[in-house]
Amino acid sequence: MTSFESAIAEGARIEPRDAMPEDYRATLIRQIAQHAHSEIIGMQPEGAWITRAPSLRRKAILLAKVQDEAGHGLYLYAAAETLGVARSELYDALLTGRQKYSSIFNYPTLTWADVGTIGWLVDGAAIVNQVPLCRCSYGPYARGMVRICKEESFHQRQGFESLLALSNGTPGQHAMAQDAVNRWWWPSLMMFGPPDTDSPHSARSTAWGIKRFSNDTLRQRFVDMVVPQAEVLGLSLPDPDLRFDEGRGSWDFGPVDFTELREVVAGNGPCNAERLAHRRAAEDDGAWVREAARVHAAKQVRRGAA
Amino acid sequence: MSSRFDARSRSVLGLADDALIASHRLSEWVARAPELEEDIALANVALDLLGQARLLLAHAGQMQVPALNEDQLAYERPIEEFRNAVMLERPNGDFAATMARMLLFSAYQYQLYSGLSGCADPQLAAIAGKAVKEVEYHRDHAAGWVVRLGDGTEESHQRMQAGLDAEWSGFTRLFVDWIRDDVIAAGEAIFPPWLREPVVHWLEPVLERATLEHPEVTLIREPGTREPGRNGAHTDDLIDILARMREVRAAHPGASW
Repeated sequence: MTSFESAIAEGARIEPRDAMPEDYRATLIRQIAQHAHSEIIGMQPEGAWITRAPSLRRKAILLAKVQDEAGHGLYLYAAAETLGVARSELYDALLTGRQKYSSIFNYPTLTWADVGTIGWLVDGAAIVNQVPLCRCSYGPYARGMVRICKEESFHQRQGFESLLALSNGTPGQHAMAQDAVNRWWWPSLMMFGPPDTDSPHSARSTAWGIKRFSNDTLRQRFVDMVVPQAEVLGLSLPDPDLRFDEGRGSWDFGPVDFTELREVVAGNGPCNAERLAHRRAAEDDGAWVREAARVHAAKQVRRGAA
Repeated sequence: MSSRFDARSRSVLGLADDALIASHRLSEWVARAPELEEDIALANVALDLLGQARLLLAHAGQMQVPALNEDQLAYERPIEEFRNAVMLERPNGDFAATMARMLLFSAYQYQLYSGLSGCADPQLAAIAGKAVKEVEYHRDHAAGWVVRLGDGTEESHQRMQAGLDAEWSGFTRLFVDWIRDDVIAAGEAIFPPWLREPVVHWLEPVLERATLEHPEVTLIREPGTREPGRNGAHTDDLIDILARMREVRAAHPGASW
């Protein structure tokens, strides 16, 4: 048994300088980068509502949330860097489509209610996905996730509270909240990935202690968490098959349209092109700034040496 | 222009509106900054300014009978009752212009809040005492970029100089005397022209390290006229800002959020 295998068998953490199989390293880079990309692409759909938030308190909450997302992106890129890959390489992989981000951010945010709904459902799904990652076998990722999960759970409560205000508000506000939930419900279920029968990387990730629970297990956990919350909100979920199974102690739900998920992942979602174009424009527009910072730093080094 | 707000309220609204509108423009940068670290920094500065605006609006609102809350003042006040400086409502321009504005505005705010932290209005003094620590960070952050860009590449130098040139005349107008004498005499506001010398004194070494020159601008102001922005006269840029800020609320009259 290699030191890596025995560490995994004992449930110990793998740290950046430890020996690890190349496939383990590559799998982690792919997963952490995808997660980091999701954070920074996810700033766009919500960020678009900061200037339009309907009260100063909601504006402050949203601004802080989007700032947290940038911070999460930063920890995650830093975690990926411990595996020997530079942030610039990961940006390049994102912009050239070699690496993905969560398909959920390829849906548009049409109304203010989408902001609260994303907080409630999308951050809710992210938490269910991510809490097990706090015990992931790779140390820097696991430690980053502890902090991220704390902030995500704060965001979910804020989203819920914002949506509750809408649901209990005027008929127009309630209708806007219901419409947003109708649109985000199924894409949120897709956030857990393809069904277990069709999840190519799952078995190996589980053996390596990167993944702790299957996609379908986490999806069920999310449904069970969210259905009672929808009741408190006074909003319905757009699934006629949703019913409580006494025997399982869980909610049954209707079939998820994984064809749609595949299409969106393949780049054919409503906003894929827009999200990447926005990211690319920000990179291009900032190139002269980054170049100036490099040149200035080099000048400072020369002056220090002189 | 007549106003339902008295001179003391108008003076506080000037501070509040400066912070609110500056925050709005900075928040337009979110998810567009040249570096991820800068996305965080710009959002952070925008959030600090929004926090200042909220405290100041609440304070101004408490001076009214009946009292008005922060959202009534931000979302329902007619544009001609906004008292922000015109430089803050203009579109951002490039990153250099944004950093020029942040540098000039935060250097001004730093002196202003430093002075106000000892003023005769205890509530305003407390708000200023908290805000001065925030704007000191904004000022240092902007100074770092102004030096990097000014003393960076040929292109960044040109852009930084152009940004400074574009913001400078608006900056000089921050020091126009627009607050009524009795409010200043009561120790509840700072006479704006007093701030100019310490602010420029602080800026000079920063601009020197950045290898930038500031343009000399003579204030053109007809005697008897009042300062644009501070007197409620604004550009179409503020119309655009308020239309966007109020879009959701306008679609749902009477709703609470």
